Amino acid sequence: MAHTQELRTLIARELPNLDLVLAWTGGFDPLSSTPLFITTEADLDRLAVGPMHVQNLAAYLPSLKGRKVGIVTRGCDSRTITELLQENLINRDEVVIFGIGCTGAVNIRKVRTAVNGAPVTDVEIGDDVLTVTTGEETHALRLQDVLMDKCYTCAGQAPRMHDHMVSERSGCLATGETPPSSLDLLEGMDARERFAFWEGHMDRCIRCYACRNACPLCVCKDSCVAQSRDPHWVDQSDTPREKLMFQAIHALHTAGRCTECGECERACPMGIPILAMKQALNRRIKHLFDYEAGMDQESTPPLFMFRQQEETIKERDAR
Amino acid sequence: MSTARFLKARDIAPWLEELGREYTVLAPTRHGDTVVFREFEPERGIELDRLSTTPAKKALLPPCETLFEYATTKTDTPPYRTSIELRPTLPEGKILLFGTRPCDARAMQIFDRVYDGEQVKDPYYTARRNAATIVTLACSGQAGTCFCDRVGGSPVDATGSDVLLTPLKAGYVAEALTEKGMELMRDTAFMKADGLRQEALNVRNRILEEVPERTSFLDMERNLLSLFGDLGFWDKTAESCLSCGACTYLCPTCYCFNITDEPHGDSGKRIRTWDNCMSSQFTLEGSGHNPRPTKAHRMRNRIGHKFSYYPQLHDKTLACVGCGRCISNCPVSFDIRNAVACAIQHAAANAQEHAHD
Ligand code: SF4
Ligand code: SF4
Ligand code: SF4
Ligand code: SF4
Repeated sequence: MAHTQELRTLIARELPNLDLVLAWTGGFDPLSSTPLFITTEADLDRLAVGPMHVQNLAAYLPSLKGRKVGIVTRGCDSRTITELLQENLINRDEVVIFGIGCTGAVNIRKVRTAVNGAPVTDVEIGDDVLTVTTGEETHALRLQDVLMDKCYTCAGQAPRMHDHMVSERSGCLATGETPPSSLDLLEGMDARERFAFWEGHMDRCIRCYACRNACPLCVCKDSCVAQSRDPHWVDQSDTPREKLMFQAIHALHTAGRCTECGECERACPMGIPILAMKQALNRRIKHLFDYEAGMDQESTPPLFMFRQQEETIKERDAR
Repeated sequence: MSTARFLKARDIAPWLEELGREYTVLAPTRHGDTVVFREFEPERGIELDRLSTTPAKKALLPPCETLFEYATTKTDTPPYRTSIELRPTLPEGKILLFGTRPCDARAMQIFDRVYDGEQVKDPYYTARRNAATIVTLACSGQAGTCFCDRVGGSPVDATGSDVLLTPLKAGYVAEALTEKGMELMRDTAFMKADGLRQEALNVRNRILEEVPERTSFLDMERNLLSLFGDLGFWDKTAESCLSCGACTYLCPTCYCFNITDEPHGDSGKRIRTWDNCMSSQFTLEGSGHNPRPTKAHRMRNRIGHKFSYYPQLHDKTLACVGCGRCISNCPVSFDIRNAVACAIQHAAANAQEHAHD
């Protein structure tokens, strides 16, 4: 893999100036990946990048503030970095961005579901087909159908800013019609159906808060209102009501900040389509403020400020 | 030994439906893209082809259980008095846990030593435990994340089960292993199948032959304990961990709990819910002090408890049954097998160094 080799060379050159570099390596099977914390050149042997290396590494940056950190970054993840910079949660001069051109990220859950949860022994990525082997059987899946939601609305495959860039990779796995998202499905429902949808899904939520802890913008995780006794907004009983209340809190607290990186939904071990709530609020933000998160380092997120007259909300006209 | 019976695959759902009249039947069913243990209902079907996403532990340790309910009343004339009325809520009724895997059933015995031991008997736990019959399905093979063989179990292990099902072509041979199991089998209309006992044994032996030879994690409690003070090691081990609760909540052996009062106006309930040693709030004291302030401390606790502290207290039994759920459901694919293997190696290297000192 020429790109991976090039990335290794770039990182090796910078490594002496850095405390660590965030990248990926393979996980427990050919479909899984895990973050790699590179501190020595020997670690570079394990580095791997590709459509199955999916974690948004920017989630680690706020907790590493104060250290000099390199990070391998795709287009979508760079929006997270921009948002973190906008919110002063990280310092630009402490972060060294190794940009890679992304061809698309595979939605691992969709693939596992497509092969019925069978243990995966091999995976091969073709131009538009993902070939998954489960023991004796092979499954050919159209890549177009098994990408993460964000790939269908991608705002750019290369990071919006970088310090080093691996030569541009061409091609994109998202070709053709975008499959309907959970949000599309929800928007076709009336309020009662929608409530039943969430009641059904939240029933299996185990309240692990992987969604919260994987979210790069949920930065008050250690003192989250969902687990606080005072205020006591959410109680600890495991009813869909309480669980949904936390999801509403997460969605509201990330409205206009969330870059739709999809980590919350990816991290959820119970496969609950919680990204839809954030997408819904972001649509409102776009409509009300003509704003998208993580696109411009100089701008202020709309809910971080107060204007007497919002440019895109015509209160007087409405009256 | 009791009789063996043959359960045809297609007869299982109607049988469970019938048992539903006498028992609360919990079985693995599909829920979205996952498989969860929940109350059996015919229209939900039953999913026995893969290991369930959630463990069976909720049958004995529900994620949320009411310990008692209360209501306060105040007199509105002097002398003002507040009185409180408590209503105990001990669990009642028989439970049938159907379709657990050997790892899940084995985990129940890990709870027993803690909740139903010599010194402490938890009334809620023991009520459920005594009322529960566990019907386990032997695994046809191990998945990539399974490692029951490395922690003292196996894909066909019957520890903790009342009935063991062995898969044959069109169904299962059911063999009772305990008094409760015999009672359950006695009452079924299923075919007697003593002749199939040998065939079931052969199948289980074939499954065992497929288990690879690999290093065991047994007897490592001292080695791991020697790393207690080596926080650098735990820092490195836990670096990618997000401190969520996916691994512990989905673990069939994690049994820590939290107790909270949840008031609604003048009444409320005291509930016991699953706690999670990976959370920053675990062991957070009222003063604000936490003896496990970083994720490194907490990872040390999770691994230490399962592979060192528990086995030291309980006849060298590990508090991990190797189901692999914590690996396959972790958002960063943290692999506890690698972590334990690294720890063992690291401890050995440290010991060597000291020997040279
Ligand atoms: S809410 Fe979800 S999609 Fe939005 S930034 Fe957080 S993890 Fe990413
Ligand atoms: S990650 Fe999923 S299961 Fe865990 S708390 Fe969030 S929605 Fe619930
Ligand atoms: S599931 Fe993974 S990320 Fe979450 S606490 Fe466990 S090891 Fe850490
Ligand atoms: S620690 Fe992991 S592998 Fe061991 S029993 Fe718990 S979930 Fe299963």
